[in-house]
Amino acid sequence: MIDSRPQVISTRLAGVKRIVAVSSGKGGVGKSMIATALALSLAKEGCRVGLFDVDFTGPSTHIILGVPNSVQPTEDKGIVPATIEGLEFMSLVYFVGDKATPLRGADVSNALIELLSVTQWGQLDFLIIDMPPGIGDAVLDLVRLVKRIEFLIVTTTSLLAFEVVKKQVQLLHELKMPIVGVIENMKIDTSKTIEQETGKLGAKYLGSVAYDPQVEAAIGKPSKLLNTAVGKTIDLLKKAEKEPRK
Amino acid sequence: MSEVTIRVGALQQVEPPILRFALKQMGDGIFKTTKFRILKAKSTLKCRVCATTWQYNQKKLDKATAEAIHFVPEVAHSYVKCPKCSSPDFEIASGRGVWLEDIKGVKNE
Repeated sequence: MIDSRPQVISTRLAGVKRIVAVSSGKGGVGKSMIATALALSLAKEGCRVGLFDVDFTGPSTHIILGVPNSVQPTEDKGIVPATIEGLEFMSLVYFVGDKATPLRGADVSNALIELLSVTQWGQLDFLIIDMPPGIGDAVLDLVRLVKRIEFLIVTTTSLLAFEVVKKQVQLLHELKMPIVGVIENMKIDTSKTIEQETGKLGAKYLGSVAYDPQVEAAIGKPSKLLNTAVGKTIDLLKKAEKEPRK
Repeated sequence: MSEVTIRVGALQQVEPPILRFALKQMGDGIFKTTKFRILKAKSTLKCRVCATTWQYNQKKLDKATAEAIHFVPEVAHSYVKCPKCSSPDFEIASGRGVWLEDIKGVKNE
């Protein structure tokens, strides 16, 4: 028995210039907020952007974007994502609505391969992928199937988050996968610990995003989100791009 | 390439005429004289909790649900439950998607 789906994935992504997975070893660090804000900011600057939510068992980017239940992708030689706030948006919620989606590892892999092989992204400057927490199926499958993927790692100041992030960075180094850098999210103090520890790992510390209580009120209101601290994430990446590579 | 056998699982409900049309789009080339056999396969689900096995029956679902499962078969876990214990924790034991079962032809050395 031959599964022909993986063969078509590179064709489906051929028109995408950069593929960035917003990822973290730990949950609850704000990956979805960072991913959505980054995608919205890039689109606002005139880039063609896709946002792909692969946190199948706990999707939330549709809530952040305020996607109405009635919105659906269209079918044309595959699935064409709906355009939400200027983003080509794909999520499993199109197919499950508000229902729970209890998936084991093999099912997560199969659903991811299915969506990668049927989604028609077209021409994009960026495809931002909102990852599930951890270094399990989604990370391993994307490393295996999307060779030019880059990882943007999110942590909080808490060592509980960073200790797991460290393992993720080490793994990605071992797999020789490019890491855009590490963002310290929801920062509430002036500690330099995460910056110093990130440097020791051989990864770039992109900077911090301050804890902003206005972020919660901006859920479902994309324009408001860009006016919060998380909406400035793109500035960290722009600054990093300007700095000379070590 | 003399013969290609393709299996279509009940869970994904790919229509054989549509698949046959798609295969025609591949053009002549090495498939000029190929006979495509498209065979259906029942989809068997097995409960991981009570080990009950049963067959997926699309007719028990509404059109929108069947369509969602057609696009991504794994979303069946959101809609289908074990008929004995009602658990959504089941394995798609067979008949998930579309797969190449057999290829016959002459190897070009």
